[in-house]
Amino acid sequence: MTTSEPDRSSQPPYRYPDYVSTRFRAPTLPPLRVPGFSSVHAGPAADGSSFVSLDADLTRNGRRNGEPVGERIIVSGRIIDEAGRPVPGALLEIWQANAAGRYIQPTDQHDAPLDPNFLGAGRCRSDATGLYGFRTIKPGAYPWQNHPNAWRPNHIHLSLFGPDFGSRLVTQMYFRGDPLLPLDPIFNSVPEDARDLLLAQFDLDRTEPGVALAFRFDIVLNGSRATPREA
Amino acid sequence: MPRQTPSQTIGPFFGFGLVPDQYGFAGTAIGSGTMVTDQASGQRIRIVGRVFDGAGDVIPDALIEIWQADATGRCDGFTNEPPSGPSDAPFTGFGRVGTGARSDGRFEFETVKPGSVNGLQAPHLQVTLFMRGLLRHVVTRIYFADEHEANLRDPVLSAVPRGRRDTLIARCTDSHSSRTYSFDIHMQGERETVFFDV
Ligand SMILES: [Fe+3]
Repeated sequence: MTTSEPDRSSQPPYRYPDYVSTRFRAPTLPPLRVPGFSSVHAGPAADGSSFVSLDADLTRNGRRNGEPVGERIIVSGRIIDEAGRPVPGALLEIWQANAAGRYIQPTDQHDAPLDPNFLGAGRCRSDATGLYGFRTIKPGAYPWQNHPNAWRPNHIHLSLFGPDFGSRLVTQMYFRGDPLLPLDPIFNSVPEDARDLLLAQFDLDRTEPGVALAFRFDIVLNGSRATPREA
Repeated sequence: MPRQTPSQTIGPFFGFGLVPDQYGFAGTAIGSGTMVTDQASGQRIRIVGRVFDGAGDVIPDALIEIWQADATGRCDGFTNEPPSGPSDAPFTGFGRVGTGARSDGRFEFETVKPGSVNGLQAPHLQVTLFMRGLLRHVVTRIYFADEHEANLRDPVLSAVPRGRRDTLIARCTDSHSSRTYSFDIHMQGERETVFFDV
């Protein structure tokens, strides 16, 4: 087996001054590359485990006395590795603001209504073919303190465990055409030619008529660059 | 070849989603600071520390995950048992703590001291760190000051420039009940922690 160097060309830098918080938190020295560093820690495996409370339906898992407010959406896609192989059994956790752009976390000071029937957190696993799916409410934009009149575009936070330690990923999914995207330093920290990779595609085929719109978001995890040696 | 999905910051509001029980919400996380039960074999230890930014301030909105081998140095015991929900296994090998769970920003892990992996690597914990202001997570290791001989032979530690190895070594501060190690993480500055590319 040969392993090529990792392709980081789609990744944001650590320091991105327009995103003010990076200035004091980004490491200043490049990460050290040590061969075999992560090989002994395989991390969460692909299959064989069951989740106690896999709740992939965020329109239900926070209900108290009714339906959550907002636009119902289905978010689904395929998880693959860099060789294009499906990643089965990946663990996904998602969290997000409600339709009004408010998180239930008390530290969120945005003066927008909480939704008593929406939690904004869920998790699921990809199936044997790498497919995953959530049902949720389209999150609203919210203001933040980065610069005057700063607003985050609509986004869903995702955390993924793939087949090994190196495939860990935390990212955010955005919606194509959001007018706030060109103004958002977190989104813009990604190299221009890779920003598309963070945009969910409207997916008419997966909409549930009369119930929910659908968006497709495919995910490529770091890893499995090893290729079989030629015979 | 497909390109990696870009990483984005975990942001400031991950607590209710990723460590709800630590932040006062209903629900269970896939991991916590308690990585073992009383039934776990091996030497009980505590790892405590804080994460500092470049201004020297404690970072109150970071998420730390730990992976480790068990007391005999085996990692494979949990590779097929991912963090799949609340576990009553004596040893999970996985921990997850948000630094906003305590008002002083400290993180604490209760675990057992890992054994030497493959008889080659010195006992260590593998650490993944996320926070607001960090567009990609960083990865580091915690080694133990009282494993001096093993540390000298460790292939990863040996690859670290001599002057920076100290940033990876937890100091022992014995308490009566269990052995406690302190390990602070510095994102920047003179003592900037060594982070690894994976
Ligand atoms: Fe957010």
